[in-house]
Amino acid sequence: MIKVEDLSSFERDVLKEIGNIGAGHAATALSQLLSEKINMSVPAVTIMPLERVSELLGGPEELVIGIYMRVFGAAPSKIISVFSVEDALFLVDKLTGNKFGETKQIGEFEESALKEISNIMTGAYLYALIQLTGFTLLPSVPAFACDMAGAILNSALLDCAVLGDHALIIETQFSITERQIDGHFFLVPEPGALTTILKALGVDPSWEK
Amino acid sequence: MGEIVQVAMAEFKVMKAPGQIVTLGLGSCIGVCAYDPVLKLGGMVHVMLPNNVMAVGEVINLAKFANTGVPLLIKEMEAQGAVRFRLVIKIVGGAHMFSTAVQESVFNIGNRNLEAVEEACRLLGLRITARSVGGHNGKSVNLDLETGDVYVKTLDSNGMSYVLLV
Repeated sequence: MIKVEDLSSFERDVLKEIGNIGAGHAATALSQLLSEKINMSVPAVTIMPLERVSELLGGPEELVIGIYMRVFGAAPSKIISVFSVEDALFLVDKLTGNKFGETKQIGEFEESALKEISNIMTGAYLYALIQLTGFTLLPSVPAFACDMAGAILNSALLDCAVLGDHALIIETQFSITERQIDGHFFLVPEPGALTTILKALGVDPSWEK
Repeated sequence: MGEIVQVAMAEFKVMKAPGQIVTLGLGSCIGVCAYDPVLKLGGMVHVMLPNNVMAVGEVINLAKFANTGVPLLIKEMEAQGAVRFRLVIKIVGGAHMFSTAVQESVFNIGNRNLEAVEEACRLLGLRITARSVGGHNGKSVNLDLETGDVYVKTLDSNGMSYVLLV
């Protein structure tokens, strides 16, 4: 049985590159959607204990927006996008052409707008992954939650707890010219999917030697 | 006021008054609180999954699973002098965080956690006296060791609310 802790630095680099290309596509999609220039940071591939994941987002009780999609197909995974409430309101303003600060509450309309942003970004991300691997991968409809960071992440990551105590996280941040958006984008392969992805990219996973 | 001790995911803590035991940001996980009012001894376990059959490979952390975590907590409390029939059990969590995600039972881990905790309590002869479970909200739990009171904190875009669990 593989443990994500056992990944070699080469395998991590390959995953980082997938994250990089995927996030590049996602940022391009967002850029076209908002008609804004978007800069993206080089993604970090981290493997961390599940209980520490929420620290990335400001602690387990921090109020955040989480949008969660399952990916079906040859390499079942989860994609979770997390935004702070302020950033989410900013994105809604941008998308709907409002002035900054006009959107004040996350209601049904805002939820729908954010889901759509996430849907388009995830689609772009997946398209990159499909091109690289040749797999058929299909996303589910997005699920939305506005709640404590700990509760959102733990619930979304729970399948990983079956695998071990650690989660593999490919995390990317992006900024829209006038404002830094700390959007965290997590790709979490389900048990087994990691091997499938690496093999499709021509990497012989070290744990199978 | 005494010390405030935090229980992380898949952990458990047992201690005596004064003080508080807290766990933050429960989603589909469940926080099980046990309290012996005579000794003012309390304990809490933060379980993540229903049972250890779901674990692949070697199982190390018993506190992660409802079917092993609850007995682990009770065993430790009894080792510190608690008497089982005096224990007041309160449970919090087991939410279904993502409102539009598939509601089927297989994917609803919160619900399955809840069933597993109830079953574990039944096997140990424990009665659950209060619960704040299900729903779509993340929760934080605070067990006051002086009184045995359990407070549940929820958070949404309208702010925070803090209620006594009865």
